[in-house]
Amino acid sequence: MAIVRTERHPELPPPVTQTGVIGWMRQNLFSSWFNTILTIVSAYVAYHAIYAFLDFAIINANFAGTSRDDCTLDGACWVFIKQRFGQIMYGFYPEAERWRVDVGYVLGAIGIFLVLSNVVKSKKWPAVYLFIVYPVICYFLFYGGFGLEVVETSQWGGLFLTLVLASVSIFVALPLGIILALGRRSEMPVVRMVCVGFIELIRAVPLISVLFMASVMLPLFLPEGQNFDKLVRALVGMSLFSAAYMAEVVRGGLQALPKGQMEAAKSLGLGYWQSMGLIILPQALKISIPSIVNTFIGLFKDTTLVLIIGLFDLLSVVKAGTQDKDWLGLATEGYVFVAAVFWVFCFGMSRYSIWLENKLHTGHKR
Amino acid sequence: MKKASMIAIAAAATFMAGTASAATLDDVKAKGFIQCGITTGLAGFAAPNDKGVWEGFDVDFCRAMSAAIFGDANKLKYTPTTAKERFTALQSGEIDVLARNTTWTLSRDVNLGFEFVGVNYYDGQGFMVKKSLGVSSAKELDGARVCLQSGTTTELNLADYFAAQGMKFDSVLFDTADEVREAYLKDTCDVYTTDQSGLYAQRSVVPDPDNHVVLPEVISKEPLGPLVRHGDNAWGDIARWTLNALIIAEELGVTSANVDEMKGSKNPEIQRLLGESGDLGEQLGLDAAWAYNAIKMVGNYGEIFETHLGQETPLKISRGLNQLWSKGGILYAPPAR
Repeated sequence: MAIVRTERHPELPPPVTQTGVIGWMRQNLFSSWFNTILTIVSAYVAYHAIYAFLDFAIINANFAGTSRDDCTLDGACWVFIKQRFGQIMYGFYPEAERWRVDVGYVLGAIGIFLVLSNVVKSKKWPAVYLFIVYPVICYFLFYGGFGLEVVETSQWGGLFLTLVLASVSIFVALPLGIILALGRRSEMPVVRMVCVGFIELIRAVPLISVLFMASVMLPLFLPEGQNFDKLVRALVGMSLFSAAYMAEVVRGGLQALPKGQMEAAKSLGLGYWQSMGLIILPQALKISIPSIVNTFIGLFKDTTLVLIIGLFDLLSVVKAGTQDKDWLGLATEGYVFVAAVFWVFCFGMSRYSIWLENKLHTGHKR
Repeated sequence: MKKASMIAIAAAATFMAGTASAATLDDVKAKGFIQCGITTGLAGFAAPNDKGVWEGFDVDFCRAMSAAIFGDANKLKYTPTTAKERFTALQSGEIDVLARNTTWTLSRDVNLGFEFVGVNYYDGQGFMVKKSLGVSSAKELDGARVCLQSGTTTELNLADYFAAQGMKFDSVLFDTADEVREAYLKDTCDVYTTDQSGLYAQRSVVPDPDNHVVLPEVISKEPLGPLVRHGDNAWGDIARWTLNALIIAEELGVTSANVDEMKGSKNPEIQRLLGESGDLGEQLGLDAAWAYNAIKMVGNYGEIFETHLGQETPLKISRGLNQLWSKGGILYAPPAR
């Protein structure tokens, strides 16, 4: 007698060792004895490292209080950061005037949002606001004028100064870099030679020596008593430096475009600037986005080098704070905090670049 | 690198020397403040407090000058300078006086074209050991492992000292002072060497300061003092005598607290110093109450020392060489008369 099954057997779930968390772990973490050992060792190391950090930064850390003596637990003394938060954010900017910096942040955030996001279709007016109106407003807002008390740049500091250095350099470097890149590929020999000379000269020296030249040598060549503002000197140095790098990044994008693009533009009767503005640059810049953002992130972190010329950016203001005799020996807390702030900004920039790449990808994506 | 930049500065300084303007005092009075060069942060000497106001031993010298000139200790603007740019800042006229724990050396005084106005802190390289080592003198350190910061003259001084004493040592080099301290605490080495003021600062940071001791031997001379540009002796005189007045005040027992009573003192030295008799202020081109103001608003040398470096601070630096000559130190000011 044969047993014939008339209905289909219900599908069994896949074996538990192949799916879910366990399956994933078997496949990825314990697939061979070597991987198993590696997993266990890494887990052990990670557990200890993470636990030690959490223990230092959160579990055993001191948050309450107002002075060093309130730090009774073994872990981090965040009271230090809390007490000096204003100084870390604004440097020596007078407390009564700090609202001006905040207003500047808000106005800048609005401008950046309008230009970078998808909300507004036409970018013309937001761009005019962000690149022309906003810097002028900022100058008077931060420095003073029109009834606002003058706050000298020597009093600027902390995160505020870092942001000023980074954003001014970025704003100057991108357009200047594009012009230099175009100049380097120009058919006019003088223009080409000037651009090549500038780029190669600046790229051949470290940023630190550019800053040194600006802060140590320049004053010696000026008549006594004639001094450029220290911040301006640093800004000029950093802007020129990053423009040279930017130029090479943009040139990379330009060279990636087939010659046919330019020829097609010419055959449509477009002039040089029209074909550049409408055909070549939009494509070249799109290709270069990762490298451009890369340069920006590098530049943002390079701002800490102004430490050596006595400007008090985020890092140096914290460093000076650790020398206050009421807060001696808290360098670790300071550096961890600075690292966290830098991470937030750099990670933000990198996320935006990924979003922008996805938005603009038109067929080159793998 | 260091040498090359020194030569460059020296060359530029020589070139600039001819153009130094003559009357710094007039310039300072016209702009209404002294531009004072300080460090970018050194515990006890200059560092910003929680309110962002610079405080410290060097800062107080500038405040005393401000008080002597303006009768107000806060007519100052600070230019924090790094070790590398401090001399250019002074040479180029960006600052009027540099009070930045700078060692007085011949080449700085002569070749760079500066004028050291005196010594406000006698520093020198020393040794710190753990008490458990049971050592009380550097001469017992034969065969020791020594932790120090690389790339400083510390290395050279150390080798010279041990060679001169006929002793052997192993040196362990690190890049920053924090690393040296950690290594010393973890027993990588027995001895920590750097300038004594630095040793005291590091000792204040360790978890158990009382278990560490700074040995009495000082193996190098590091006289730190304020300096001004060559070419304006009147301005240099004001700086020099401000410093001297603070030291004389301590000798005479004049403090910020009792300076008003002392004005009525019968002691002619005190009367001259505080401007009750004679014309010392006028000779300097200052108000008769110049020294009175400096002492009243900032304090005498001893008070300044105790406020920023002394036993009441975490640094707990003892006066040592910086004690008055009459009390076993070498601090000595010429008389004000």
